[in-house]
Amino acid sequence: MNVVIVGCGRVGSVVAEAFDSAGHKVIVIDRSTAAFDRLPGEFKGDAVRGDGTDEDVLRKAGAEGADVFLALTEGDNRNVMSAQLAIEALHANRVVAKINDPLRAAAYAELGLATICRTDLMSNAILGYIGLPTTGSRGVVAPIGVHAGGEHHHERDGLRSGVRSAPVGLGREPISAPSPEPDSGREA
Amino acid sequence: MFVLVVGGGKVGYYLTKELIQSGHEVVLMEKDRARADQVADEIGSIVIPHDGCEGKYLGEAGANRADIVAAVTGDDEDNLVICQMAKHHFDVPRTIARVNNPKNEELFKHLGVDELISPTRMILGSIEQDIPVHELLHLAGLGESELELIEAHLDAGSPAIGRSTGDLQMPEGCALFAVIRDGVAMPLRSDMRLREDDKVIAIGREDCETLLKEQLIGASATEG
Repeated sequence: MNVVIVGCGRVGSVVAEAFDSAGHKVIVIDRSTAAFDRLPGEFKGDAVRGDGTDEDVLRKAGAEGADVFLALTEGDNRNVMSAQLAIEALHANRVVAKINDPLRAAAYAELGLATICRTDLMSNAILGYIGLPTTGSRGVVAPIGVHAGGEHHHERDGLRSGVRSAPVGLGREPISAPSPEPDSGREA
Repeated sequence: MFVLVVGGGKVGYYLTKELIQSGHEVVLMEKDRARADQVADEIGSIVIPHDGCEGKYLGEAGANRADIVAAVTGDDEDNLVICQMAKHHFDVPRTIARVNNPKNEELFKHLGVDELISPTRMILGSIEQDIPVHELLHLAGLGESELELIEAHLDAGSPAIGRSTGDLQMPEGCALFAVIRDGVAMPLRSDMRLREDDKVIAIGREDCETLLKEQLIGASATEG
């Protein structure tokens, strides 16, 4: 698989290493070259310095048509924009954006973006460890709606509608192992 | 109207002031506490010192009853997220984004932002106006209808010289409406004969340009 990872922080570098050692073609993009020090010496993929929200940078790096595109920078909004560029302009297949604001993460899942929310993941981990009820949110959310684009170009309300066709991106088969469970209600 | 402005830099600050003066209800969001306090000292308690990208604070600022949300921070990705959250999470009828990188315009439009303001594009436009080229000049875009205000300078080689505008074959949806002759602007009548050095002002869609250029500038345009 062709894997593009924007943001070579702790998470980005670990995921990059994992994909790389599993034999996939990996491109890592970060604004700072120092970030690439986190990659192991035997990393065989490409490390490209540049702004992951810039379409030209992404294209030049070879992100077009990526099988997996992960936006994992420290900036929620940069991830949102990167991921949407990947879907709309670069036609990446499975796209995931890290969004640490739970409300924003849920909102973008509704707009058809697969999101990972560290806030939800961690608070649930802590609550679960202590033995308190978790928030019910799984932290990894497959897109609920259909992202703009596809056959509905230039349609103003394209992002809003709930069900239309197979969701772009992660929708077909969620990367996360647990089968979908209802978001509402709390788990004991 | 209730306008929610996000981003309290120079643009957001002056925008807020002007809006208040014209009698609108305005709330300004600025995430930098010190800057927010500074602006609040001057224009009053309508400043919310929080990040307008965060759904929670957008809600507290009254996004769900806003008529317009204007995202004017210096970061395109923030402006995009603010507009998308406003539009899709809070059902704001009209969203306006400042776009610093002209390359982002298409994406933003495609993702549903209603109006884009691009300082880079505007300055670029002004620079282009100062360069005498044998081309049509784009004076301004007219809102969302894709109409543009276009100027054509009639050089000696123009096929339109000596002809009246009624004789010209105008593209559909394109109107000539004024001529500037010796620095004086006048309305264009269909019996008026065009002369060399006239500047013809037209309104039309971008796709009328080829025909418009053919009629007013002529084939020689490509050489110059």
